[in-house]
Amino acid sequence: MTFRKYLVLAGITTFSTAGDSLLARGMKDTGGISLHHLSGLLLVILNPWVALGILCLLTFFSCYISALSWADLTYVLPATSLGYVLVSFIGRIGFHEVISPTRWVGIMMIAAGVGFAAAGPSVTPSRHPSVATETSPQAVSQEMSS
Amino acid sequence: MRETYAWAAIGLIILASTTADVLLAYSMKKVGDVGELWKRRGMLALIGRVLSTPTFALGLLAMGVAFYSLLFGLSWGNLSLVVPASASLTFVANAVAARIFLHERVGRRRWIAALLVAGGVVLMAV
Repeated sequence: MTFRKYLVLAGITTFSTAGDSLLARGMKDTGGISLHHLSGLLLVILNPWVALGILCLLTFFSCYISALSWADLTYVLPATSLGYVLVSFIGRIGFHEVISPTRWVGIMMIAAGVGFAAAGPSVTPSRHPSVATETSPQAVSQEMSS
Repeated sequence: MRETYAWAAIGLIILASTTADVLLAYSMKKVGDVGELWKRRGMLALIGRVLSTPTFALGLLAMGVAFYSLLFGLSWGNLSLVVPASASLTFVANAVAARIFLHERVGRRRWIAALLVAGGVVLMAV
């Protein structure tokens, strides 16, 4: 794992958290959307908070597909999970949402799961040739042994 | 009714996100390391190669469904429930899907991580 790759993973966490939080802020303005007025879902992108959230999520997406080009899906996804913990903190601090002690334990377990997966190799040799990466066998061996 | 709508949205987000993630991961593995491609052939060639992958477009479509399901869910449920619950359950569904469809070697470490995350989600939903 190079510094550039760690930077990409950090970008995934940061921009997904910022994007989700901005979307939530915008959706609080619009209120509940009824199943009978689904056109409201298309118009919410005109809300500045939602628009800014979408911009952050687009940046997240660029980092995400970049990471998927050199790491396993089952490695990249846990690395993004740190964002869920951040988003809960933002929900608590920014929106005064009540988070029960049980929910805090849940958040800690998610964080532990993330750490567990992130400590392993980022890419494993595929069992199927059709989804083989361009990553060299030497690089995979180095990742597996780290 | 608010809770029913929020959980229905969470279910839809999980299904659409898992489909999107598997399709995007498959596409990007086909494309190869984007950093290397950018250096070798330039940005335009890289974008062209990504966009010309059919499964990438299907992945984007599934992501769009997941995005609007998220907006729907956020309009009915709390941020600290909808986002962690849907995203974490998607992670578990992805571990299964990655093994079946992408043939990734999901070892003991990654399964334990999936179970920890799943347990965390159950506690968060109580």
